[in-house]
Formats: sequence, C-alpha cells, structure tokens
Amino acid sequence: MIKPMRKLSSSFAFILLAFVAIFATSANAQQSLKIDIVGGVRTATPITVVPFALQGGTQPPTDVADVIHNDFNRSGKFRALDKASIVELPSQGSDIKFATWRLLKQDYIVVGRLKDAGNGMVQVEYELWDVNKQQSLLSQSMQPAPVGDLRNVAHQIADAIYEKITGVRGAFWTRIAYITAVGLGNNTTYSLLVADSDGFNPQVVARSKESLLSPAWSPDGKKIAYVSFESGNSNIYVQDITTGSRQLVESHPKGINGAPAWSPDGSKLAVALSFSGNLNIYVLNMASRQETRVTSDNLAINTQPEWSPDGQTIYFTSDRSGRPQIYQVPASGGTATRISFQGQNNQNVSVGFDGKQIAMVQGNGNVYRIAIMDQSMGGQVHFVSPGPYDESPSFAPNASMLLYAATEGTRGVLYSVSADGNVRQRLVLSDGDVREPAWGPYRQR
Amino acid sequence: MNKTVRIALVALLCVSAAACSKKAVKPTAQPAPVDNSAMTQPDTGAGKYKLGDLESDACLRQRVVYFDFNQTEIKPEFQQIVACHAKYLQDRPTSQMRLEGNTDERGTREYNLGLGERRGKAVSDALTAAGGSASQINVISNGKEKPVCREHNEDCWSKNRRVEIVYTAE
Repeated sequence: MIKPMRKLSSSFAFILLAFVAIFATSANAQQSLKIDIVGGVRTATPITVVPFALQGGTQPPTDVADVIHNDFNRSGKFRALDKASIVELPSQGSDIKFATWRLLKQDYIVVGRLKDAGNGMVQVEYELWDVNKQQSLLSQSMQPAPVGDLRNVAHQIADAIYEKITGVRGAFWTRIAYITAVGLGNNTTYSLLVADSDGFNPQVVARSKESLLSPAWSPDGKKIAYVSFESGNSNIYVQDITTGSRQLVESHPKGINGAPAWSPDGSKLAVALSFSGNLNIYVLNMASRQETRVTSDNLAINTQPEWSPDGQTIYFTSDRSGRPQIYQVPASGGTATRISFQGQNNQNVSVGFDGKQIAMVQGNGNVYRIAIMDQSMGGQVHFVSPGPYDESPSFAPNASMLLYAATEGTRGVLYSVSADGNVRQRLVLSDGDVREPAWGPYRQR
Repeated sequence: MNKTVRIALVALLCVSAAACSKKAVKPTAQPAPVDNSAMTQPDTGAGKYKLGDLESDACLRQRVVYFDFNQTEIKPEFQQIVACHAKYLQDRPTSQMRLEGNTDERGTREYNLGLGERRGKAVSDALTAAGGSASQINVISNGKEKPVCREHNEDCWSKNRRVEIVYTAE
C-alpha cells in the first residue's frame, strides 16, 4: 500500500510546483512547463499511451495516462506520441487497430482503464503491446487505490513498462528532496521539501530562517540528513520524514559540520568536518556515534564525500593540488587517488548505482556544467548541462537520469536530464529559489 | 619622509603631549605601503582603544576584508584594518569577535563553505599574529549562502568574496 506523506504539512500549498511534460507542439501547453529536447531523441523509442477509459465511477483529477506519458518523455529513452496525434482510443488489446499505430511509426502502445472498486477506490488495469509483433508484453491489474494515490499508481505502471522494454528498473515511482529559499535578505525562509520524482506533491519536511544545505536520503528512504545553519554554525541533522523527529548528529562548535552522505547499508554517515583545522572526510558510525577520520590532509579543503555502491570507496572533492578535483580513498582510510583530470576544476560527485558513471560539476573559466565520467569507458567525460552555474548533480537510483541545480537570472531552478544529456526538463517553482536536489532511493511497495 | 619614521615621530609627539588622541597615530591616512612590515604591526602608541571606539574610530568602523577569486591572501590595502582590530582585541581582552567568511557564487556550496572558512582563518591568523588572542576570535563560514550582491559579474563577485568582522562582545 502506498503511504503518501500526508502527515507532513500539506498546508504549504503556496508552494506551487508545476512540472508538466509535453512537447512544444502539443496543444495543451500548460502554465509553466518547459521541456528542452537537446538533440538525438530520434534514438528514443516511440510509444503511445492512449488515454485510459473510465469504466464506472467519476472522473478522477489525475490523468493516469498523462502521468505515464510525461514520465516516458522525461526519461530520454522514449518519445511518447503527443495527444493530438492519438486518433483512436482503444482501452483493451482486442480494440487496438495495429495498422493505425504502425502508420504512426509507433513501436509500443499502452492501453488501460479505470474501474470503480467501491469505497472511493479505483482499480487501474493496463496492457502493453508490441505494435509490430501485435503481441501483448504486459497485462496487469493494479491494487485498488484511493483517488489521491493515482499518481503513484501511474508512476508504478511507467516503471513496469520501462523495465519490460529496456531491461532496466524504472525510477519514476521515487521521490526527490530539495531546498527552497523564499523571500529576501533577513526575511528569507529556507525549506527542505520532498516531492514525487516529477515534482508533484511537494511536502515541507523542515523550515529554517537560516540556510539549509546538502539533503541526503538514507538508503531506506525514511530519513534525510541535511546541514542547517539555524544555530549560527553549520550542523548536521537527521530527520525522519514521516514522523518529523529529528536528531542533531554532528555539531562540533569549532568549524564546519557538512556534506553528509549515507553509506549504502545505512549504518554510517560520511561527513566533512573542520574542527581539526581544515576540512577532512570522516565516517560517523550511526549506532556507536564514533567518528573515524578518512582523509589525512592538513591543509586542503576535503569535502563532498560520496560512497561507491559497494561501500568500499569514498569519492570526494579536494583542492590539495591547487584547484578542486575529485579523489577516491578507501572508506576505512588510506591513500587518496585523484580521478578527475579533464577541466580546470571538478567538484561534488554523484555516483551511479553500478559505480561506473560518476557525475560531477566541472568548472572552466566562469562556466560550471554537469559532466559525467564513465569509468567503463576509460574515464571518458561528456557534458549533460549547458551552464553557466550548474551544480549539485544527483543520479536517479537507476542512473538513467539526473537532477541538478541551475541559475536563471538571479534565481535557482532544478532540471532533470537524461544521462545521455539528450532530454532536459525544468522543474518550475512559482516563487523563490530552488537548489540542492537529491534523488531518493527506490520505494518499497 | 619615510612612513615608518613619520609614524614614530607622531607617536613621539603624542607621548610628549598627553592630550593627543590615539587617532593621530592611526595609519589610515597613510599612502599605500611600500614596505608592509610597518602596517602589519599593531599601533603601539600611548592611546589604548576603549569602549565606544568601535563606533567612532574610522579604522575600527571598517569591518570587511575583501579577497581575490579563489584566494585567501589578505591584500595590502586591508592590512591596516587587520592591524587596528588586532590592537582593539589586545587593548580590550574581554572583547570577542566572530569572523564570517564568504565567497562568490562560482563553484559548489559545500566547497565554498570550505573556502569561506579558509578566508576567515586567514584573517584570524593575521589578527593573532598582530597581537590579538585566538581565544577572542570565532571563525564561521557562510560559504556562498549570504551574498550581498546577486548579479553575475566580477563587480558583484568581488563584493561577495569577503570576511565580515562581527563583534559579539565589545
């Protein structure tokens, strides 16, 4: 059963996150949306998601097919047929006229229907068909869900279809965390929010009159570690996102307490602390609260730790060579090795689930862009964002997409981009500044 | 006349005329130094800073030290500010200050936290070298979280690369 975070303050409706994906050619261009097709989408797989038929009950506010359609387009792997071109509306396999969809050069078609399951519950059924083979690939009846959970149901359907076709687990039914700053100067309010992967259903987790930074999801998706300046200095808190209970876990009065990152098993937190004089990477055991120093540098800034998926290695940013670059070190401590060699400076890694793709911020002159280094391709680097002030890359749990923060005018905005850099989409916040995105782990059904 | 000699001469005059304010020995009116050594030394004139001088003294009223891009070196034009604040710390041992390090917007937030701290420490080191006590100084870093200017150009960036001196006890 899906448990949306209704306990969290739903009263912050003033934060309007609109994040609607459509092609520019689509007729229903809505308020704030912008999808940016950078190029190369011809390689994306054409798929049609036919609007789902309503079989009993009243029309729910969520357009299930539309949510799936937008998930596919955002992924960069699929090109969903725009609504205006959907000329027939089959709702089950036996109604599909395959010749029509072949003519429209579609590889796959998704049909479905919504049934009244009683007590305000809706049951969604869907089928995925291969247009050329005229073959059913998936046919599933979802568990009845309240109307308010239909976006979650739609994301789960998108995940199943994505996995069936690509062989990779979908990551649409996931959540993201980010920080907003609303207001100016001393009247700024900082909030840590959690939303669906497409930006819908934003919920405030924490608020502060002072800056919040660096949210990091625990691997089980239940807690978020983050940095708060609420006491004047930077301290690290861990907050349970469903109960709201919160622990202060790093608060050395001298120096910075920053950049938390959970170990893959959730038992440890890598952090950057400067109580010894300069910033170094430490590992905090969450059970014993024991700190183990990992980097042994005495001069440089060493920060932004991230774990390898096997928990054996920590990647981090260090300017020990003069400018910030990416290094790796055994998680138990030892010799650090530099791994970034392209570009004037590199900072703030996000590591893909298989450890091969490492995203980072690369700065050249005054231009900062998100770069992905592919370890399986001999460290080859490609850019996935245009700059000039892009930062905070964060991979989806299947590493097919990333979130990052950009600056437009004087305000921060978030983008999602496919890992190949071909499809980029902006998440629009109606008010204030958005930054520090962190893509959460897979959710458990 | 050599600047060092001139300061010494003024100091001498002050000693002989007790009514002379310590302000006369402040090096604020001096031209850009050729030799920095005199400027990094706190004034050792007869006048001691006292409560209230933070608001009235022209040098002490300057509370911001600016830096070059990605640099933590204190530029010559800020040595005199450091010198008078060091003297104030020395003259008023119960005074306390917080040094808030800040950066421009370029680069990532956590790295800039480190850079801001490094700038704060550079000012702290200069203050202690000039006679202030480390126990009177608390360094924090705001990184790029508290810009005073939000445009994307060097003029604006140069205003944000700064350490602010905030007295928590006068």
